[in-house]
Amino acid sequence: MFGILASIIDGVLVGSVYGLAAMGLTLIWGVMDVINLTHGAMIVAGMFGLFYLSTLLGAPAYAAIPPVLVAGFAVGVGLYWIAVHRMIGRPPLMSLLATFSVNMVLIGLGTTVWGTVLFNVPVSLPGITWHGYTFTGTHIMAAVLTAAIAGALYLFLYRTRPGKAIRAVASNREAAELNGIPTRQVLSFAFGLGIALACVSGALIATMFPFTVLSGTAYQLKSFVVTVLGGLGNPAGALFGGVALGLLEGMVTPFMPVSWTSVIEFVVFVIVLIAFPGGLFNFTRRP
Amino acid sequence: MNVAAMLRRPTFWLILAATLAFALLPLRGDNVGLREDLLLAAVYVILASNLNLMIGYAGYVNFGNIVFFGLGGYLCVWLVNSHGWPLVAAALSAGVAVSFAALLFGLGILRLRGAYFALATIGVNEGVKAFVVNFSPWGGSTGIYLSIEAYKPLGGPAKALWTIYFLMIAVMGLSLLLSYGIKRSKFGLGLRAIGQNENAAIVLGVPTRHYKALVYSASAFLPAVAGALFFFKSAFIQPDDAFDLVLSTEAIVTVMLGGQGTVVGPALGAFLYEELRGTLLTSQTFSSFQLVIAGVLLLLIVLFLPGGLMGWIHRRWPRSKQVLE
Amino acid sequence: MTALLELHGIGKRFGGLEAVADLSFTLGEGEILGLIGPNGAGKSTAFNLINGVFRPDQGRVVFRGEDITGLAPNHVVRRGLARTHQIVQPLAAVSVLENCIVGACFGRENLPLRAAEAVAREIAEFVGLTARLDEPAGQLTIAGKKRLELARTLCARPVLLLLDEVLAGLNPAEVERMLGVIRKIRESGVSILIIEHLMQAIMGLSDRIIVLSSGRKLAEGRPPDVAANPAVIEAYLGDASLAEALHRKA
Repeated sequence: MFGILASIIDGVLVGSVYGLAAMGLTLIWGVMDVINLTHGAMIVAGMFGLFYLSTLLGAPAYAAIPPVLVAGFAVGVGLYWIAVHRMIGRPPLMSLLATFSVNMVLIGLGTTVWGTVLFNVPVSLPGITWHGYTFTGTHIMAAVLTAAIAGALYLFLYRTRPGKAIRAVASNREAAELNGIPTRQVLSFAFGLGIALACVSGALIATMFPFTVLSGTAYQLKSFVVTVLGGLGNPAGALFGGVALGLLEGMVTPFMPVSWTSVIEFVVFVIVLIAFPGGLFNFTRRP
Repeated sequence: MNVAAMLRRPTFWLILAATLAFALLPLRGDNVGLREDLLLAAVYVILASNLNLMIGYAGYVNFGNIVFFGLGGYLCVWLVNSHGWPLVAAALSAGVAVSFAALLFGLGILRLRGAYFALATIGVNEGVKAFVVNFSPWGGSTGIYLSIEAYKPLGGPAKALWTIYFLMIAVMGLSLLLSYGIKRSKFGLGLRAIGQNENAAIVLGVPTRHYKALVYSASAFLPAVAGALFFFKSAFIQPDDAFDLVLSTEAIVTVMLGGQGTVVGPALGAFLYEELRGTLLTSQTFSSFQLVIAGVLLLLIVLFLPGGLMGWIHRRWPRSKQVLE
Repeated sequence: MTALLELHGIGKRFGGLEAVADLSFTLGEGEILGLIGPNGAGKSTAFNLINGVFRPDQGRVVFRGEDITGLAPNHVVRRGLARTHQIVQPLAAVSVLENCIVGACFGRENLPLRAAEAVAREIAEFVGLTARLDEPAGQLTIAGKKRLELARTLCARPVLLLLDEVLAGLNPAEVERMLGVIRKIRESGVSILIIEHLMQAIMGLSDRIIVLSSGRKLAEGRPPDVAANPAVIEAYLGDASLAEALHRKA
């Protein structure tokens, strides 16, 4: 009995990080109507970022998180100007293909350089033991950091001027422009932010699990599932959706081989897309 | 679609000529090398032409298009291997089964609009692959090996390879004809309305849900048959080859490269790309680099030449629109 | 006069806003029924509820004796109820002729391609677009686009036509022209439900008028009676020129 409960709690911890990743995806979607298909590759980038920063600099893994965040942001802004900028306002097909093509390039380069070797970042953190079950320190830390980052994001979006600008552009781009908001800069900022979140979540995942260049695909699928659970464009929903997915994984993994996880997630994904197009956790009601 | 009218169009004869060329050229001097090259090119053309129905006509990107190819392959190899079915029956059944499954799946998934649908198809490939990996009747992650006995009814391996080749060329010709026929039909008109502006199409009375599901199903049939033939020929199928993400991507690239929405475009794009890839692969050993090149090509097309080669040709020589549709 | 369209207690809420509430009226065969009201009164929403863009929260829509409440727009067109839009959305990259052919193919008569083309050409001439048939629809002027919107809706051979501010953005000459076309449409046997802000036009055109305010029916009757109705004048008091025009009509 406790085994299942422990698995569920662990799932919730890990799931919160999925939620963080999905927040990046849903932010970009909500602000500029672009589905960022480089999301998975950026998660992997964050993983590698953490790996190299902590092994090269010998720094404690968690100290590498801020640089990954900043670097992710920079990369995101660059990506925006290269591939996304010209796609704004064009049919969604085009922006999908643009980000998709960049993703292919990144995965191709990644596998060329690193092959399919497994990487691991050893992080030792004392866990919490309760009723004979130990909750891994890294999982707890990841959840705590996720909460902190999500909280910071909330404050940024709702209490600062740039954040309000982003929300204005998300709400109505033309109106925002007429009000003097520099929409292009705001869009690139928002995109950078979304990528930064993806990278940071990748870094956090790297503290918990080993990874390869191709790990991104599985986490991207998880991000999509979470995003539709939470409602596209809804960061709070994404966080809750992540926790829900983590919960689901926690309930399922004790009973099923790991290779089935992708199948189950995909089925959930399709079901939610069809049955709940607005998301399960959609806190904003739209007509 | 009016057959008499179609016979008067240059594009129809172009399709016929290309198909005949593919069929006859390797026969000169029993050129097995050329045959193998053209077989692969035909596969690319089949995948591109059928994918174009979704991307170019209806405006819906099907990222998981390779699923049809892989499932068709698995069904055929399994029917031949475990149940002793003859090739043509197995291949056709695989085609029908896969397109029927696509119809059911499509009816559900195509009530979603553009981007949501694309998301769903991204997961399809991974989901189906993960399922097959765990599915022991189909060999799980090891796959299925076809015994050489399977080639006996076709007159032995050497003869069988020729028969399979001609069948594949026939599928290629059918793909092009299907693409053309749909484009000039009322169904095609409705699809293109959907691709232009789905809301406007709905208000104009186009039965969008049914049309989308139908075209999704139609775009599954011939790739499934092609997959059936291809993997029967390879005598071996396993999940990584059957649901190859790279090939899926390349199908999309070739449609965009050639010119989505045209009949000739995707075929041309597929052919050129496959030849390019063939020359590159002799000097590269990493398939991962293939992905980089495909990705860069796609990005350049999307950014600077969204109409692809045909788009450029039509703009430069407007009269070509009548001949190369 | 047989009832072609009946609305029974239609209501729709968007979040906290009651866009339309308890709306009921009948439109008879061969009638031109005008729908007016201040901005935000719920007129376009009413159209959206009739032709299936939104599903009503309460009430029923009955067309030609059949309950079509909540039926999707493409099915509604098939049954002979077609609608133009305030914000015109032509299939921009496609020619004017092809836009019309789509309308003819998928409308009430569900025509095959060849027959649809004949209908499209006929309607294009009726509406005055013959000179522009091969142009990409996106390149037309506003007036041209409005005429195309009307044309392709007519190609669906509707029995009832919903016109949503077809006169907006047109200069006086174009307005006169459009009014002529609308009258010809009624003469050809099509009934019309029209939303319009141009008071003189709609008062002159309609057999009956319905006034909406804040989502509810405020008044109903023949144009002169409605214009003289003090409640109606009060609803429009915020817009002095409209009240003026109504008063002149009385």
